[in-house]
Amino acid sequence: MRISMDIELKDVPGQMLLALQPLSECRANLITVVHHHQKRTPRNTMPVQLVLETRPENLELLKARLEANGIRVVRVGEQRFRESVSVVLIGHVIHTGIQDTIDRIDKTGFAEVVDLSLSMPGIEKPSSALIKIDAVGKEELQKALAILREVSAKKDLLMVLPIGIQA
Amino acid sequence: MKTIRTSIIGFGAIGQGVAEVLLLKKEYLRSLGLEVRVVAVADSKGATFNPNGVDLAKCLVRKRETGTVALEKLSGLELIKRLDHELVIETTPTNIETGGVGLQNMRAAFETGKDVVTSNKGPLTLKYGELQEAAKAAGSKFRFEASVGGAMPIINLVNEVLAGNEVKGIKGILNGTCNYILSRMLEEKASYKDILAESMELGIAETDPSYDVEGIDTACKLVILANALFGLDATYNDVEVTGITKITPDALEMAQENGYVIKLIGEVSRKGLQVAPRLVPIKHPLAVGGTLNVASVDTELAGEITVTGKGAGPIETASAILSDLISIYREC
Repeated sequence: MRISMDIELKDVPGQMLLALQPLSECRANLITVVHHHQKRTPRNTMPVQLVLETRPENLELLKARLEANGIRVVRVGEQRFRESVSVVLIGHVIHTGIQDTIDRIDKTGFAEVVDLSLSMPGIEKPSSALIKIDAVGKEELQKALAILREVSAKKDLLMVLPIGIQA
Repeated sequence: MKTIRTSIIGFGAIGQGVAEVLLLKKEYLRSLGLEVRVVAVADSKGATFNPNGVDLAKCLVRKRETGTVALEKLSGLELIKRLDHELVIETTPTNIETGGVGLQNMRAAFETGKDVVTSNKGPLTLKYGELQEAAKAAGSKFRFEASVGGAMPIINLVNEVLAGNEVKGIKGILNGTCNYILSRMLEEKASYKDILAESMELGIAETDPSYDVEGIDTACKLVILANALFGLDATYNDVEVTGITKITPDALEMAQENGYVIKLIGEVSRKGLQVAPRLVPIKHPLAVGGTLNVASVDTELAGEITVTGKGAGPIETASAILSDLISIYREC
């Protein structure tokens, strides 16, 4: 299962290694690390967000090992996506390989296509799709949209974004 | 009573609308201490003039019956140069490639020290900086509220009513034809082609609709807003433009099921100028239907201010021209 985890590191060298070691020992697959260098918690620690894949039965052990290494685990949750956007695509969405478009976004690890509606009025006619993309944060959402924009340009698809959002 | 000798150069739908409004508002203008005396009216075939004032009612009848107001073989440009008057109301058709006769008319007006009120987007899109310089050098007033959004106040709203506010950005629907087509496609679940044909029949879309549906008209208006309200010297080439021709009824329906409408939105800020179809939340103030125009101004002190109104139509556009005229001469 894919989970997000907020941890806190002390501001001394070698802390990141102490955080990553238990992950490897528990065979968790690390997908993203967001390291907030400039931020400090009231406890004067540095917040770090992790997204990882692990077996549910390993989770408790992982937490215990992190804490044994002096790493504070503040939050563990499956609800890792905080930003969401709907995008309409118009053109030869199917023929140009919608799966490939979705894969490119899913592969990032920080964003996912969570919903897809599709309409195909007939061969040779342009189809329309509405996709919803979730991402772990605003910056990641922008990155996912940049990928979508690049793919759309290559496949000659019209991309319709909500107002206030740039790709 | 202050007499303002005026020419109406360009006597198509908008020029005629101006004539009607001036007739209708004669007494009102007098109550403000203004007598607007139209000394010349010109269309593409010729002109009529009289230093003591032409009969506007007769001009309207003659135009309707014969297709032209002309009694003399004289161009608007010649009248601007030769006839003594204070104000040129420039309502010739927009030409965004060369600026058309409108550009020559405005240059001539400033060269001869006249004020200009216009609805013509072409010269403003191409030569904004030059025209403003010429107006300034001549000590002339130059107003063009009617060029963006017809009756919907936007330029004067920001420059006068919201004076003192820094404007961070403006976005809106600035083309009634596109708004009509997208609104109707959703209502009827009909194709772009079918609704375009309907719009042409109703006279909402031009015989050559590309200027509207390709987003060119919206882009021109954005350029005017960028120059007039952000102090830029932008031209059409600075705008990233996508039109509505690829929008499908399916896309509109899917958007609706997810709480959105698709609208052709023009956006201007210091970051750039962009025209593109956009998803607008159904309950958002920009989600207006039919042929309406709407603009949302993001200001530093007042926050977001949204105005909506009729973007086209002879009387509506003439209303913006009238308000420019009054604001020029009432204040001095």
